[in-house]
Amino acid sequence: MANKKESSLVNMVLTLFIITLIASASLGFIYEITKLPIKEAKIAKKTKAIEKVLPEFDNLEEMKVVKATDKGRDFEFYNAKKGGKIIGTAVKTSTESGYSGLIWIMVGFTADGKIYKTSVLEHKETPGLGTKLDETAFKKQFLGKNPDNFKLIVKKDGGDVDAITAATISSRAFCEAVQRAFDAYKKQK
Amino acid sequence: MNQLENFNKGFFKENPVFVLLLGMCPMLGVTSSAINGLGMGLATTFVLIMSNIVVSLIKNFIPDKVRIPSFIVIIASFVTIVDLVMAGYLPALHEQLGLFIPLIVVNCLVLGRAEAFASKKDFLSSFVDGAGMGLGFSMALTILGGMREILGSGAIFDYKFVSEDASTFLLFVMPPGAFIALAYLIAFINRLNKTEK
Repeated sequence: MANKKESSLVNMVLTLFIITLIASASLGFIYEITKLPIKEAKIAKKTKAIEKVLPEFDNLEEMKVVKATDKGRDFEFYNAKKGGKIIGTAVKTSTESGYSGLIWIMVGFTADGKIYKTSVLEHKETPGLGTKLDETAFKKQFLGKNPDNFKLIVKKDGGDVDAITAATISSRAFCEAVQRAFDAYKKQK
Repeated sequence: MNQLENFNKGFFKENPVFVLLLGMCPMLGVTSSAINGLGMGLATTFVLIMSNIVVSLIKNFIPDKVRIPSFIVIIASFVTIVDLVMAGYLPALHEQLGLFIPLIVVNCLVLGRAEAFASKKDFLSSFVDGAGMGLGFSMALTILGGMREILGSGAIFDYKFVSEDASTFLLFVMPPGAFIALAYLIAFINRLNKTEK
């Protein structure tokens, strides 16, 4: 067994100084190496989410932040172009009415104002119930619908949306987020 | 001590999860699926091995009174490295594990091994101890995660073997399920150990 080293003020301060110096130098080094992959991974994730909700495009415009006019959070708009023409817009929207915490949803609108596809980006809903928001069975009812003549309210409340069994709150929140995205999108046009 | 015995101690006889009950916070938090458990386990294993090695190498230069702060700085550095590398190269897993990666710093298993083992033993024993404990931890997390995934979502390693609408024991993917599953696993392991004796 190693002998215990006597502690004096000088050797304590010196040891800690050297250890933290080496630690911070190596962390700076690792940070430099991983900076680019981390940035790329973030961009790839965003592009993938947009690709999921829009028809095929060849050029994506920069993000545009649109201030929310209601009390909710701001939106992010991405215009997708093909051959120089805007073919659709992806809107990142959110709602606070979920069962637990915020729900972030990406909604794709085609140029004629119809919903193309939706994708749930982030949520904390109950596993197995609220998580069904991102499953085809629920999502397909929104495909190609124009919210002007498709009431984004669950059937229980007099709308056109089939809620998920045992997850009415999540379904309502989803509708609200999509409606907010649509309102903001219409105002932008 | 025989190195094989040393490894086996961490992996099975003194398994950090099933026997020592160390590192409960990440273990209950992330094991909602087998892949999460495995990812978390391997990240911890890396930190455990590296910090054990470094601590055993520099143990003679560290004054006794500042050894804990020194260990924590070393451990925190390796955790940050894991965090950055994972964010860059395994973004999907990194997102799943989220806050639990930085929290490896306060996993008592890591500091516990540095203080109780690596600061007293030589380089090789410390490496083997870190590997044994880390892989034992990974194995336990993967088993628990797999058990919860099978019962809770009818899948294993993201491969679903029941139909989309089949009802599963949702309780097991939620936090209370972690406690229940862990309790049964420990009871089972204890039973095994008893018959061995």
